[in-house]
Amino acid sequence: MDAVLQRDQQHRSKPRNENLIRAKKMKTLYLMMLVPMLLLFLFHYVPLYGILVAFKKFSPGLGIWKSEWNHFEHFKSLFHDFLFIRALKNTLVISVLKLIVAFPAPIVLAVLLNEVRHVMFKKVTQSISYLPHFMSWVILASMVGEVLSPQRGIINFVIHSLGGTPINFLADKNFFIPALIVTDIWKEIGWGAIIYLAAISSINPDLYEAADVDGAGRFKKMIHITVPSLVPMIVILFILSLGNILNAGFDQILNLYNPMVYDVADIIDTYVYRKGLEQFQLDYATAVGLFKNVVGVVLIVGANAIIRRRSEHGIW
Amino acid sequence: MRKKSFPLFDTLNVTFLSLFSLAVLYPFWQTLVLSFSDANNASTLGFHLWPDQWVTDAYQFVFTFQNIMVAYSNTIIRTVIGTALIVTCTLLTAYPLSKKDLPYRNYFTAFFLIAMFFSGGLIPNYLLIKSLGLLDNRLALILPGAVNVFSIIIMRNYLMTIDKGLEESAFMDGAGYFKILTSIVIPLSKPVIATVALWAAVGHWNAWFDAMIYIRDPSKTVLQMVVRQMMVALDLSQTQFGGGGMSNANLLLSNVRAATVMISIGPIILIYPFAQKYFIKGIMIGSLKG
Repeated sequence: MDAVLQRDQQHRSKPRNENLIRAKKMKTLYLMMLVPMLLLFLFHYVPLYGILVAFKKFSPGLGIWKSEWNHFEHFKSLFHDFLFIRALKNTLVISVLKLIVAFPAPIVLAVLLNEVRHVMFKKVTQSISYLPHFMSWVILASMVGEVLSPQRGIINFVIHSLGGTPINFLADKNFFIPALIVTDIWKEIGWGAIIYLAAISSINPDLYEAADVDGAGRFKKMIHITVPSLVPMIVILFILSLGNILNAGFDQILNLYNPMVYDVADIIDTYVYRKGLEQFQLDYATAVGLFKNVVGVVLIVGANAIIRRRSEHGIW
Repeated sequence: MRKKSFPLFDTLNVTFLSLFSLAVLYPFWQTLVLSFSDANNASTLGFHLWPDQWVTDAYQFVFTFQNIMVAYSNTIIRTVIGTALIVTCTLLTAYPLSKKDLPYRNYFTAFFLIAMFFSGGLIPNYLLIKSLGLLDNRLALILPGAVNVFSIIIMRNYLMTIDKGLEESAFMDGAGYFKILTSIVIPLSKPVIATVALWAAVGHWNAWFDAMIYIRDPSKTVLQMVVRQMMVALDLSQTQFGGGGMSNANLLLSNVRAATVMISIGPIILIYPFAQKYFIKGIMIGSLKG
């Protein structure tokens, strides 16, 4: 860390000329980056200009610049908009529930996998566990729809054979969020476990040997060595998830929800999508999106700052 | 070493993990069974672990229906071109950024990193594509994601670790940076290139949202969108894939959708055993702080 700082200072104290001469020698390298930089500028930085739409009475015919200002009308009405408040609430509820239920799942899987001695079994289980991660939510939602289907689904088959009435889970306000959480775990548990398994494999084996000498059993070693050594990783990932709390899972929800469950399922992102690209209230939708993005950036930068302070290195 | 065995715990653990694996795979299996069933089989109440008889009607329908095949080839095209573009942009950016003595390197790095934080958002992106005249243009599916900052970071971190000796001696021999990149750096970083390429390929293969908002013309749509439209529609005749005498009385929309899902995940499943280690390598390198 200090070495990096010192080197930076040396760079800065060098006369500008010297830098320019060197830059000239290395101009091929700058040229290489030219096209990627232009693409990034066009598709990432130019849309920032489009944010102005949020402050305009946007009319596509006039364009962004010529449309009239709206004097923050949209931001004033944001918190009088029942549907926005509902979306904000749903976003937070779904995110928090995912943090409580889905976040620990990969940790449990990693610890259990680590206890498996049969190498092949462990490998196969792990490979299966992250297979859904590589599928899109379109594909997975199509599968979920079949598994939860009132006609053909296995769960309703069980309910039916026990004498109950089939439940249309994805159209039921009581069951939609549980379905979101379970399917989220299904998709991401294996992928999430990889990083914990890597952390476990870097635990010093001496610790286990010392515990053996002290007569600790497998279970004790699991609870007193494996789990505690994961804590730093857990803390970092948890803080990062807090920074992402406004992202409740756009792809997942857009592919699973339907008007019958909007009350519990409509999140900010899906609301922006429908307002903007289905009802074409582009200016209002941009305002909602901007609100979300600004709060989101603050949260992510904040989360990273906390991690940096804790561990002296952030995520970059 | 671990003398104190705990057979009960082992048994429970292996049982639990086996059930877990079955649960993870079950939705895939049900889709497979459904894709090899016909309407009679699929519409009876109850679930089917095994079809009454394996029929390939759904696949015959999918493979002979031109719109679905067009979407399939569109997916292949965007995956090949899009991946090539991402890998090229990643290399062209990561190599210069990996040079510690590149003047003003920090400013350039910042230019790329900042893009990870801020985005205009859904509507500004849409307005940009619209004003560039790229609606209904395949470029709208390829260009916006061409520069992948996360891949650049992974690649840069890796390039910073490779031995500089070879590069320097090539430099002495009068090779330029571009020559060094193509003849020394790229051969040395094949594993990371594979990682970045596989990630990009899976991303393009699975992408649907961009096609949903930017593409209206059915001849330019992608396979994922076909599946999505089949999900929203109630029966075959409601899709643009059904009408015009193409509906098949022996098939439910669900059968056809299941078959489409299977052909869409097929390639991923096929490369999965070989590609796994590269996928994992990605998060390992990525999590090393640069």
